[in-house]
Amino acid sequence: MYRYDRYDQALVDERVAQFRDQTRRFLAGELPEDEFKPLRLQNGLYVQKHAPMLRIAIPYGTLSALQLRKLAEICDNYDRGYGHFSTRQNLQINWPELARVPDILAELASVQMHGIQTSGNCVRNVTADHFAGVAPDELVDPRPYCELLRQWSTFHPEFTFLPRKFKIAVSASAGDRAAVQVHDIGLKMLRNQQGELGFEVWAGGGLGRTPVIAPLIKAFLPEPELLNYVEAILRVYNRFGRRDNLYKARIKILVRELGAERFASEVEAEWAALRGGAATLTAAEIARVSSCFELPPYRTLASDPPALREAIEFVPGFAGWARRSVHPHRVAGYAAVVISLKAHGVAPGDATSAQMRAVADAAEAFGFGEIRVSHHQNLVLPDVEQRSLPALHALLKKYGLATPNVGLLTDIIACPGGDFCSLANAVAIPVATAIQARFDDLDDLFDIGEIELNISGCINSCGHHHIGHIGILGVDKAGEEWYQISIGGVQGPATAIGKILGPSFSRGEIPDVIDRLIQTYVSRRSSPDERFIDLVQRIGIEPFKEAVYGTSH
Amino acid sequence: MAHLIDRTGLRPDSWVLFDGDAGSIAPEADLLISFDEWRERARVWQQHPGRLGLLVSPPDDVKAIAGDIGRFAMVAVHFPKFNDGRGYSSARLLRERLGFAGELRAVGDVLRDQLFLLARCGFDSFALRADQDPAAALSAFKDFSVRYQAATDEVLPLFRRRTALAA
Repeated sequence: MYRYDRYDQALVDERVAQFRDQTRRFLAGELPEDEFKPLRLQNGLYVQKHAPMLRIAIPYGTLSALQLRKLAEICDNYDRGYGHFSTRQNLQINWPELARVPDILAELASVQMHGIQTSGNCVRNVTADHFAGVAPDELVDPRPYCELLRQWSTFHPEFTFLPRKFKIAVSASAGDRAAVQVHDIGLKMLRNQQGELGFEVWAGGGLGRTPVIAPLIKAFLPEPELLNYVEAILRVYNRFGRRDNLYKARIKILVRELGAERFASEVEAEWAALRGGAATLTAAEIARVSSCFELPPYRTLASDPPALREAIEFVPGFAGWARRSVHPHRVAGYAAVVISLKAHGVAPGDATSAQMRAVADAAEAFGFGEIRVSHHQNLVLPDVEQRSLPALHALLKKYGLATPNVGLLTDIIACPGGDFCSLANAVAIPVATAIQARFDDLDDLFDIGEIELNISGCINSCGHHHIGHIGILGVDKAGEEWYQISIGGVQGPATAIGKILGPSFSRGEIPDVIDRLIQTYVSRRSSPDERFIDLVQRIGIEPFKEAVYGTSH
Repeated sequence: MAHLIDRTGLRPDSWVLFDGDAGSIAPEADLLISFDEWRERARVWQQHPGRLGLLVSPPDDVKAIAGDIGRFAMVAVHFPKFNDGRGYSSARLLRERLGFAGELRAVGDVLRDQLFLLARCGFDSFALRADQDPAAALSAFKDFSVRYQAATDEVLPLFRRRTALAA
């Protein structure tokens, strides 16, 4: 993973000093709240329902064991012993004390971490495929480019006060596990016919109030031009994006109002002036950053070793877990392992400090000390020897980290919702746990098969409900919590926005409604290989509507 | 009254904003006129014997006056609210695209905590909002010793300087 040099380190250290002084001035009454607000937000600090909330950046979801242990320590010493992994691959802690936040940031800086630009109207944490670097279907490791973008965007002097937040995702695999088409900028790496590396550039996608699938604005951007072109997009957006209405301020509205073609030509004109300039990436810099992501010293191992086959046959619970959690690896004899943070009854994405330490230990014992955070709010150990999978499973089980539900109905993506977030209209976590309680039988879950259920507590869509196969959105009706259900959303290469089924439901009705959707699916599927989403795409939403509302709808 | 500073401290301000009354303009005055005023009556203002300054508001497209930029001794970019970031782009375009070499001044809701960024985008004078402490604000120019990006103040991004700096 990327290692700071003295410049990177100086920058985060100086950021801590700057924020310490800003916090001091705020607490002394020298800095008014509305002027302190964007400063604290750009260090990840929100003021929430119960207390401040601190969002810690995990750039493109890559962590070292040392860093994860530090996060566990921060959760213990400054919070309540747990944290919440978010769909932006970040970690949120819910109970820090404002006056101590500079100390937390100093702790983070000591392990090359920070909370920089995890909120505010600026370029946010760049996200990437959680299997980056190990996925068999990957063209190249996208993380060096994410790191180059991270450095470019950090304290970018021109783009710190954009009309609204700005999210970039990078993918380099056919599978696109980074949801690039629902980002402000989505970059998909590819080679052109000459074999040169470059990017497809998608711009103006996003979820929220107005879900939009991004149009492709450039079919091939040469690799060295990455920063010049992104700078051109940001400049067009910064100058012409709407600032009169918070709900129309994202770049997707600008792209829509101008039309993708005109937007692309504005960007092209700006790029023409920047092209080949100082920000053009050099081969030396790409090599320097890429060298941090070089392949670890893999052993020469056989795939599918006897130890694995035996465990599948004889160890109770192992086969099911392995089926859900063990993912293919580019190197023979290795696997990428998804650690479910979706134990039934626990807030999706939450991990205790003890669990974080266990995962850090596992990353060192069974890998090369690296951990990933997925935007599905799970953790990933990217380099596990297949022959060690039974031992890893046993360890994870001890810490409640071996729920065999990855990719299944109860592997729910959910924002913190109304229990914590002051923006939310409705709670999300209790809805998730109620669904998990209803579908608590593992055999049933396996029978239902692969399905993505996403819950957002409000239209800001942090729970990505628009692109869930089943999406649940909390809405406020006359001060009461109601939930709108959509189906048919898809993330990845065939991104689609789900269709709303009909009138919303009370919280208590949700498990029944989900049950009816699932029963409809099970009774109508052509075979167990036809997934829920495949069926929705084949027969449309009408049969599901009928099942939920009756024929009278 | 705003405090006018540069990186080193307080400095005097000679500029007067054209308030619509042409009769009150002294011929030798350092006269600041709005972007729209210039667009409408450039010919008239060309004849002003004193120095001319241009006041740019957030929506003003500075590229549209590229051919005239040499006429201005000063450009003031107005920030109606400190978090309206358009002025940062206007500044970089003025400096890097239009080649403006005169005084570039941030005016309006100009606060200590944005000075570092403003300076990076080419501003070299700052009309700090009246409640800001000008002496304390000077330290903000030294908030960071490292700059990742190329901008007006730094021609090369850090990645093109890293080796040279390390040597």
